[in-house]
Amino acid sequence: MRVVVNGRELETDVAPHHTLLDVLRDRFGLTGSKECCAEGECGACTVLMDGHAVNSCLVLAVEAEGHAVTTIEGLSDVDGLSHIQDAFLATGGVQCGFCIPGMVMSAHYLLEHNSAPTTTEIREGLSGNLCRCGGYNQICAAVASAAQTRLTR
Amino acid sequence: MLCGGTDLIVALRKGKITPSMVVDIKRVPELAAGLGEKGGELRIGATTVLTHLIADERVRSWFPALVEAAQVVGSIQIRNRATLAGNLVNASPAADTAPPLLVYGASVEVVSSRGTRTVALTDFFTGPGGTVLEAGELVSAVLLPVPAEAVGAAFGRMTRRRGVDLATVNLCCSVSASGVTRFAFGAVGPRPFLVTDETGTLADPLGDPGQQEEALAALTSQAAPISNVRASREYRQQMLTVLARRALDTARQRLQERLV
Repeated sequence: MRVVVNGRELETDVAPHHTLLDVLRDRFGLTGSKECCAEGECGACTVLMDGHAVNSCLVLAVEAEGHAVTTIEGLSDVDGLSHIQDAFLATGGVQCGFCIPGMVMSAHYLLEHNSAPTTTEIREGLSGNLCRCGGYNQICAAVASAAQTRLTR
Repeated sequence: MLCGGTDLIVALRKGKITPSMVVDIKRVPELAAGLGEKGGELRIGATTVLTHLIADERVRSWFPALVEAAQVVGSIQIRNRATLAGNLVNASPAADTAPPLLVYGASVEVVSSRGTRTVALTDFFTGPGGTVLEAGELVSAVLLPVPAEAVGAAFGRMTRRRGVDLATVNLCCSVSASGVTRFAFGAVGPRPFLVTDETGTLADPLGDPGQQEEALAALTSQAAPISNVRASREYRQQMLTVLARRALDTARQRLQERLV
């Protein structure tokens, strides 16, 4: 398959049953996206496909042929973390950290479509992502703070 | 047949289905995603994802209860992949888009090498996971008649948690300007189904409450829920009545707003 990942054209051989998540992690070494429920409920594997947030555990690798995929590794600026990641750190949104790449991808997708979300809209925007630490309040605060940063920069 | 894959890939991984071949239909030109209006009918192509459906101005204006249902399916990530046609062919008794589609009189366009046929959605489901589709057939579009008269409609559902959950009970109610009240119930029987009150009893916002309760009970009693991990049979039956009353109220209000 051929796929553009974080702006780089990549090519690899895959088995029909491999998911996009398998390929990202095991072939391309992009282990930021996590496998957790493997049935589309937890959002830990969230990536962008042609700009749309999807569960990469529910996309077969062959379905991604010819598409552009952005993972958590692709959001970081060259000089460090993205403003959303900075906000997660500053507000204490990160506890064990396992859900955070997916949370950040969903937050990024939300802010791309809604630059000034309300608390309700932030919760809705993250409702496809579970945090087993239960850190939802700080995570929502992080997204609100990131939205502010985007508006003022 | 693979389209959105949000049900199929889970079933494949769990070994619930073991097909010798999986065909992805997303790049078949004749099945391209999109919505089109022709001859008083809105045609929603089989590969159209729910996010696309929800954003369509025609759907928002003519079929608002379908939008209400589509925007609670799964999660944002799921709705960016899952298709309307896929929600129907998966044939879950709890499919959220089925009740509004039944109420709005939808049908599905079915194609095979033998030709094309149209099946009313009321005849489409045969039971959990079962449809009237025969070997070699696939759904190429969902068809919705543009409402010929003013209609107020509302979707309702009960879940254990707000996001990423299957409905314990779901339903849709519509009330038309000519006094017809339609309900479609989901997750309270082997398949989503449509029931109708054509007497005008339920459509009348100032009608006799006793008579209306009786008319509503005649409809909700046609449900045959089971007990499972999400709720007991008795609880589902009771909640169906509660949700039906609420949806009826909302549908009547929305009809009034449309008539003003």
